[in-house]
Formats: sequence, C-alpha cells, structure tokens
Amino acid sequence: MNNFQYSRASDVADAIRLLAADPGAKLIAGGTNLIDLMKENVERPSRLIDISRLPLRDIEETADGGLRIGALVPNSDLAYHPLIEQRYPLLASAILAGASAQLRNMASVGGNLMQRTRCPYFYDTTTPCNKRSPGMGCSALDGLNRNHAILGTSESCIATSPSDMGVALAALGALVHIAGRTGDRTIALTDFHRLPGDKPHIDTNLGSGEIITAVELPPQGFARNYSYLKIRDRLSYAFALVSVAAALELEGNAVSEARLALGGVAHKPWRSLEAEAALRGQAATPDHFGRAADLLLQGATARSHNGFKIELARRAIMRTLMQATSATPQSQSHKKIA
Amino acid sequence: MNAYVGTPTSRVDGRAKVTGTAKYAGEFTADGLVHGFVVEATIPRGRIVRLDTSEALKVAGVLDVLTHANRPSLADKDEAWKDEVAPEGSPFRPLYDDLIRFNGQPIALVVAEEWETAKFAATLVLVDYEQDGFATDLEAERGSASEMDKPHRPRGDAKGALAAAALRHEADYLIPTEHHNPMELYATTTVWESDGKLTVYDKTQGVQNVHKFLCAVFDKKPDDLRVISPFVGGAFGSGLRPQYQVVLATLAALALKRSVRVVLTRRQMYGLGHRPMTIEHVALGARPDGTLDAVTHEAVAVTSRYEDFSRNDTGWAEQLYKSPNSHFSHKLVDLDVSTPCDMRAPGAASGVCALECAMDELAVALKLDPIELRLKCYSDRDQSEDLPYTSKQLRECYARGAEAFGWARRTPAPRSMRDGKELVGWGMATGVWEALQMPVAVRIVLTSNGHAEVSCAASDIGTGTYTIVAQVAADALGLPIENISVRLADSALPQAPVEGGSWMAASSAHAVLGAAEDIRQELARLAKAMPDSPLAHLDAANVALVDGMIGRNGAAVSIADVMRHSNIERIEKEKLNQFAEDKSHARNTHSAVFAEVKVDEQLGVIRVTRVVSAVAAGRILNTKTARSQILGGVVWGIGMALHEETAMDHRFGRIMNANIAEYHIPVNADIHDIDVIFVDEPDDRINRLGIKGLGEIGIVGVPAAIANAVYHATGKRIRRFPITLDKLLD
Ligand SMILES: Cc1cc2nc3c(=O)[nH]c(=O)nc-3n(C[C@H](O)[C@H](O)[C@H](O)COP(=O)(O)OP(=O)(O)OC[C@H]3O[C@@H](n4cnc5c(N)ncnc54)[C@H](O)[C@@H]3O)c2cc1C
Ligand code: SF4
Repeated sequence: MNNFQYSRASDVADAIRLLAADPGAKLIAGGTNLIDLMKENVERPSRLIDISRLPLRDIEETADGGLRIGALVPNSDLAYHPLIEQRYPLLASAILAGASAQLRNMASVGGNLMQRTRCPYFYDTTTPCNKRSPGMGCSALDGLNRNHAILGTSESCIATSPSDMGVALAALGALVHIAGRTGDRTIALTDFHRLPGDKPHIDTNLGSGEIITAVELPPQGFARNYSYLKIRDRLSYAFALVSVAAALELEGNAVSEARLALGGVAHKPWRSLEAEAALRGQAATPDHFGRAADLLLQGATARSHNGFKIELARRAIMRTLMQATSATPQSQSHKKIA
Repeated sequence: MNAYVGTPTSRVDGRAKVTGTAKYAGEFTADGLVHGFVVEATIPRGRIVRLDTSEALKVAGVLDVLTHANRPSLADKDEAWKDEVAPEGSPFRPLYDDLIRFNGQPIALVVAEEWETAKFAATLVLVDYEQDGFATDLEAERGSASEMDKPHRPRGDAKGALAAAALRHEADYLIPTEHHNPMELYATTTVWESDGKLTVYDKTQGVQNVHKFLCAVFDKKPDDLRVISPFVGGAFGSGLRPQYQVVLATLAALALKRSVRVVLTRRQMYGLGHRPMTIEHVALGARPDGTLDAVTHEAVAVTSRYEDFSRNDTGWAEQLYKSPNSHFSHKLVDLDVSTPCDMRAPGAASGVCALECAMDELAVALKLDPIELRLKCYSDRDQSEDLPYTSKQLRECYARGAEAFGWARRTPAPRSMRDGKELVGWGMATGVWEALQMPVAVRIVLTSNGHAEVSCAASDIGTGTYTIVAQVAADALGLPIENISVRLADSALPQAPVEGGSWMAASSAHAVLGAAEDIRQELARLAKAMPDSPLAHLDAANVALVDGMIGRNGAAVSIADVMRHSNIERIEKEKLNQFAEDKSHARNTHSAVFAEVKVDEQLGVIRVTRVVSAVAAGRILNTKTARSQILGGVVWGIGMALHEETAMDHRFGRIMNANIAEYHIPVNADIHDIDVIFVDEPDDRINRLGIKGLGEIGIVGVPAAIANAVYHATGKRIRRFPITLDKLLD
C-alpha cells in the first residue's frame, strides 16, 4: 500500500471540490473494495476522500411513487428496509445473494456500483492487464478465464462486473443520480457501466470529479413475480458464475411486462430489450422463456474455459423465469434451488 | 481409574482461545520490536541481476533491507538446512543467493519501525531478473516423471493378471494442487533478549525441530536460543517443517540486534508447501464374482527442482483389498514450484480418493453393491508385509455406517433417486490411515497442594493435545482435571517430535502414563514409610492414586499428607516413552464414509446434504475433541471433492487465486448433516491404552464418497477434482 492523504468531506460539494483539486484522489465509502485494491497496489490513490459520513443515507419515496436511495445506504440496511422488502423484493434478494453479512454491513450503494472486476490478473500487478495498465495486454484472453465474460467482450478485455445488486437495479430500470462540478445529472443504470471496448480501464460513465448521490427506483416493483438466482462455485460467499434477475407482470398466464438481466456474464449487468419484448404479450411458458433466453444470449462467445457459461446462463434464465412465474422466488438463505 | 479418559471433556484451553488471551506467534511483543515485510520474486525461475533497495531505504522508519547480498552469514551445507522431516534434496534457503526457484520466493526483507512502513517500502524495492525457461504444468510434463523407490514390493505379476482379468477398470484421477490455508498466518516474533540470546515465538508444529534447525542454520549453541509456540491457529502439515519466516525474523534480529516480527501475507502463504498435484492411475482386474486378481496404482506427483517430496499415495490397497497380484509406483515430476509438503492425510487423501472411486467404478461394472464389493475383497492382513492387524473393525464401520445412513434403501441405478428437481445420489468409500507412535518425553511435577504440572515440547496444533494430556494425567494421578496444568511447545521442555501423522495422542498419553507411574511409585514408597502407615502391609505395586489419595481397598492416605510427612514440597519425574517396536502386526485406523448429494438436474448445483463417517480408531480419549477432528476432516473432504484448487497460470508460473476469496473452501451453506460414529475397537496390542490417533482419518475417503454419490445421482463420472458444476452440465 502506498502512502496517501486523507480528507473527510463535509458535504457533497466539498467532496467534489476535493476531487477536482487532486486528480489522484479517490472517494472512499465502505472501503471493502478500495482498501483491498490498495493493499494489492492496484489502486494507488494520492488522497482518500472519506464520504462515509455524508448525509446520503436516506431512503425516501419520490413524488411519482418510486424510491430514492442515498448512495451511502449500507447494503444490509437496504436489503432489510421494509419498503424494499415489500415493494422491491428482487433488489433485496440480489443484495443478500452477494458477499457476506459483514461485507454487506460495510458496503454502500455507490461503492457497490463502482466495485471493480474480480479478474485475477487485474488484481495481480505482476501480470499484464489492460484494465489496470492500458496497452499492456489482456492476460485473461488465453489464460484462466473460466469466470470471464461471454457477452459484450472485446479483444482488450473480457472482465465481468461482479455486482449482484446492480443486476437487480438494471432489471428494475433504476436511475443513477450524479453530482459534479457542472451540476447534477441522472443516467439510467443500464447506461452507467460501459462495455470494455478498447478502453477497458474505464468501467463506468461516471466522469472524473463526479460522485453518485443516489439511486432511484421507478414505481413498478414487480413484488409478486420475481426471482434472483445466482449460480456459483459454492453455495454462498462466492461471485456469480451466472446470475439472473427476472421480474414479470402477469395477467392470468400472460406476460404483460417482463424484465430480465444477467450478472457474471459481461462488463455490465446485461439486459436486452428485445428479449423482454419477446416475452410481452406471450404466455409464460418454457417455449417463450427459451426464446427470450436465446435473444438475451445472442452473440455470446466463449474463450477457452468459459464456454459452459452460455448453456448455464440459458438454463438459469429458464429456471428463474419459472420461479418468477410461479411466485416461488429463489431463497437466499435456503440454498436449494427453487 | 477413568474419570476423564473417554469422556467428552471440554478443551482446557477453550476459554483462553475464545477470550483472546491465548497468544499466537505474531502476538508476542518486546521492547523496541520492529517489523519485517517480505519482498517476493515474481518469476518462477531465473536469477536476480539487480536488486535496488535505495528507494526503500530512504523511507523514514526503514531500518534495513536484507537481501542475499548483505545478509549475515547462513550455514552453507545442506545438512544444516535439513530439518527433522526434510525430504531428500537441497532445502530452500531464504535470501541465500541470487537464484529464483519458484514464484513467490522471498528475495528481500524490509525491516522498519512500523509494519505499514515496511510494507510500503517493500513496494519500492526494484528487481531485475534474468529469466530462465520454466515449467509448472504437471500434465504437460508427465512424460518426464521419474520413479521413486517403490513404496511397496510388487506381488505376483500384476501386469499379466490385469491383461488376463475377466473385468478390468483403469483410469486416471486428477487431484489438483491444494493449499492448507490455516486461519493463522505464518508468523515469527524473534525476541532479542538482554543477554543476546534469542527467544523465538514461531508458528510451528514442532518447536524442537525449529530449534535444532535454527541452531544449525545460524551456528548457535542450543542454549543461545529457545523456540516457543504455545498456540497454533491451524497448520495441517504446513508447519511440520520450519517455514522461511522463522529464518528471516531471526536473521533480521541478528543483523539489527533487535527484536523482529515477520508475519506473512495470505498471498505469501501460497509460496509455502502445498498438497502436490497428482495424477493417480489406478487399474483393477477382477473376476466376475467380484474378487480381485490385480491392483496397480501409479501416482505421478509434483515436486520442486530442489527437493524430492514424496508420500505414500498408492500402497493403501495392500491394506484394504485382497489381491494376489499388485504393483505400486510413485513418480515425481520436477517443476519450478516450491517443495510440496504434508497436508492432512498426506498421500492417503489423494491416493485413497482415486482407489475408492475406482472401486466404485468396478462395483458398477460388476453390478455389485459397493459395500458388497468391498466385503468380498476385504483383507484381514496387510498384504505388503503379510501381517495381521493389531485390530481392524472396518467391517463394523461398514455395517454401522450403512445402518445409520439407511444404505439399504439405495436403488443402485444412477439417476434412479430424486427429490423434486434434484437428483439424489448416495455414495460410499473406505478410509484408512496409519496408527503411528513416536518417542515422547513428559515431565510431571507434583506439588504438595495436590497440583501437578505436566510438560512436554509437543505442540497442540488445535487438535486438543492440551486437553488429552490433562485428561490422562488427571486419571493417572487421581486428581481433578482442574488441578492439572499443562505446558507445551517450548523447546526447553522434554523431548517431542513434530506434531503430525496422528501420532501425538498415543505418544504423549503414554509418556504421561510413564511419568505418572514413577510418581506413583515414589509416593507409594514414601507412604509406606510413614509412621503407622495404612499402606505398610500393601505391595507398593498394588497401590493406586485415586481422588487425591494413595492406597488400596479403603486403606489409603492423602497425597498431601504423604508429602507433608515426608517434608517434600514437590516430586518431579520425567519419562521418555519409547514404544517397543512390534513388527509382527500392522497398525491402522479405518473408516467407512457415506455421503448423500443432491444435484440440481438442470443447473448442476451440488449440495452435500448428509455425511455419515463411521471410524474405527482404537480407544477414543475424548469423544468431544475426537468428534471435532472427524467433523473437520469431513468438511475438508467436502472441499476437496467440490471446491479446492490452486489455480496456476502456467504461462507465468504463478498462482492466480492466492487468497481465500477466490481459493474456495466450504462455507457454512455447504455443510449440512454430519454424523460421526466411533466404532468400538478394543486393542490391547497396539499400546497400553489402546489408542490409535485420529487427526488424519477424518478426511480420507470423503472426497471419493462424494464423487461416487455424484455419479450415482447424475450418471457422470468426474475424475478431475474438484467436481465443479460445469463438469456436470453437458
Ligand atoms: C470477499 C468479498 C466477496 C464479495 N462478494 C460479493 C458478491 O458476491 N456480490 C457482490 O455484488 N459484491 C461482492 N463483494 C463486493 C462488495 O459488494 C463491494 O466491495 C462493496 O459493495 C463496495 O462498497 P464500498 O462502499 O465498500 O465501496 P468502497 O470500497 O468504499 O469503494 C469502491 C469504489 O467506489 C467508489 N465510490 C464509493 N462511493 C462512491 C460514490 N458515492 N460515488 C462515486 N464513487 C464512489 C470508490 O471511489 C471506489 O473506487 C465482495 C467483496 C469481498 C471483499
Ligand atoms: S479481462 Fe480485463 S481485467 Fe482481466 S486481464 Fe484482461 S484486461 Fe485485465
């Protein structure tokens, strides 16, 4: 770990000022990802700007009936908040599928969205990695890539976004509120993370000097027919090989609205409007689910060790949609798959 | 009298551990303590051509950077570096020269006033290498394997019998590299005492091994240093040999004449020993009735280029299954990695896994129940030496385990049992380990207040040695266990070997009995000499120590009275217990392991919902700590079956999952019902108490039972461990 300065931001404007004053500065919230990366010398910030005490911890109802979640709400508080449990159980479920209780207690909403990939080469400064050191090459392309991306990859990077929470937020159509020197702006969560392209060192569309202040959920919560299914190498406390967030509105057995997002397969939570459109107006049957899965996985490509993910994702999508349809969502405490 | 032996006595050190007063090697401190941080090599093979420490030395608070170029002197003969359990070869010497032998090798130690300073300065040490060609891939280098000494004499003509066999099963089973990952990081605090002597607090499984090693490496007299390791937060074999941090901390203490602590990082722990990757090739030839004609087992294992680490992977069939022809071989492939080392049930965990999967495959081919096949081949003798066993209740393990598990309700066809969307599989396997015993000395000091201190250099690596020593001493001295204090793991205490191989329970218990017997004799002599002694007419050989008294059939005096009358404050006895070598019998522990898995048919997600482990391990000293040992072994076996794998990128010769977020071991969610059964196994031949020890047996057989259950559930035979869900998908 390198030496760094430490400042505590007094308010959001102060945090933005501090960021602008020092291009090497980084915000720190729960620290569960940033400190790890600093210990590995992957992140070497000149200054840490501590935002953990800023008043961004509220969960408030918005005028249109949605919810606005402060960027510093701890992951556990969010998962167990009554309004989330009742109206957005998909989000609660996805959060509880991630990390461990201790980590969720520390982790913040903003930090969770900004957490960096778990690609082992990214973490190891002795191996080439375009995300860590642009231009050095990608060790994963022909290396240990069993848990790498199958969608939206580039020849520069095949890393995945590790966030579970983000997958549910993508499915729910969440918005990200951002503050910066030039004022506030809002972008859709699905536009927040980038694909790697030829600039894999840039994970998101958050500008330098900007800070996430809140995440907003639209009114529609899909509280009846939803499920978050995470498939991993042990039954808890492991990153997703594949995860699926499914949310349906059903009229009888017909789908009137559908949301589907994948985790663990791409540089961002993976959604396809086409796949969702293919479900709308159709009967909630395996045939239609299979069609949606095909559309969602369109263009999936495998490297040497991650080919199984394509079939796994397909089966997981089918299963999650069944769980959502029958209103038997995957439990995150009982590990048997519903 | 057994008030304690055989009972579920709680750990005598339990309170100290859970309240944090038990101190571990990295927690000892001293005036002026400074901290060392290790700089590791980042290539697997080559030479250091430049090692620039100037920037690191400029950091305020940095005291020194030790390298091969500026270090104090270290022994130059291999013999000095060979510890008690070193394999053949030329042991690794940290900071000795400019050669790089494995990725992660220590190449410098930054010493600073604060640990964080040392850690930061370590990033400023600049190294240039001249890299040599290297190899780390066992499968790619399999062809270069060279044969070690035969683990067992071949019997008959295995090759011929195999070729002629009515039924043959032959396959490779691959066990990946695994790391021990004890919770406690390797750490040493070397204290520079005012008289220039050194007290070395080290995480180790053998303080006297480390003591002798350090004396040889640093050319010190035995009195110049002392090694202490009161508590060990898990080691599992990784602490049998002195690890490099003890050399570095001591080297730095000598260089700076100050107390130095070195704690390794989790990543650095992956540069220590490991369970070597092995390709286990097993071939079985059988007659249609299920009796065996031939068994061959060849293990091809990784070792380093500088030492030949090998274990007994292959010979276990000699103990388990009758066959007129057998052949075993152990081959090594030299790779650019650190030397492997023992890891819980070394050899057996891997080799028996392969053998027991192969037996399951044979049972399927013969359409025999897996237990029936094993009973058909059951061997009452150890065929390698043609010896009977001191005891072998393995049949009873099969019977009791099967009954507890409900094996009779199993339908044999694969994919024939299910529970909703999950396929259900029931599998079983046999476990076997040795019942070893080693010379151990124990000192007992009995004081007139009725307290006894029992001391020995043996370590308690978390297995419960403190507790069983206290139990045996309390019974032998006829005192309440609260009156016994146990001191362990100080090199100045009576002789003990490294704690490993499951030999410490039997070895230390009998040493306690020996010293206690000497105390009893002394007390008897004194008691008989008392005026009007109620023992006057009793034979000294027949009086016993019970409830703080010495005597027989009501004729007794209190120990306190005896000592007071004799004007004796303390009686001290030390006894070295040598087991008489008995070459007429084989000594083993056995188990039968039954596992239930539920596999999601579509997604391949595996849950191990039940395990029954029925163990025959002689007399159980403490049913509570013993059960814990078996539980731990079963959990680890689940990890071996489904999770554990050290992932090496062979292009870099570098381990890519050197942390316990990515190196998976089971978590709570992976563990369901585990039922431990201890089968009665009286054994008056093995030793006086009939003890066999059971640190290792708990893991043996578990991975195979699970793999066999996965086959039964899915019809898929996975021979490359771990069994991850992708292997079940197609
Ligand atoms: C062992 C382990 C297992 C894990 N398993 C999972 C898992 O299964 N699923 C999962 O989803 N996650 C998992 N995580 C990751 C965990 O969820 C993240 O570390 C956590 O959410 C990050 O939040 P934080 O507040 O601690 O972020 P920090 O570490 O404080 O910050 C992370 C990044 O976010 C930036 N940042 C923080 N707040 C803001 C803000 N308001 N605006 C702009 N930038 C900001 C920081 O500058 C930094 O770059 C795991 C982590 C660990 C260590
Ligand atoms: S996949 Fe991305 S993060 Fe991983 S090595 Fe390649 S460039 Fe780096």
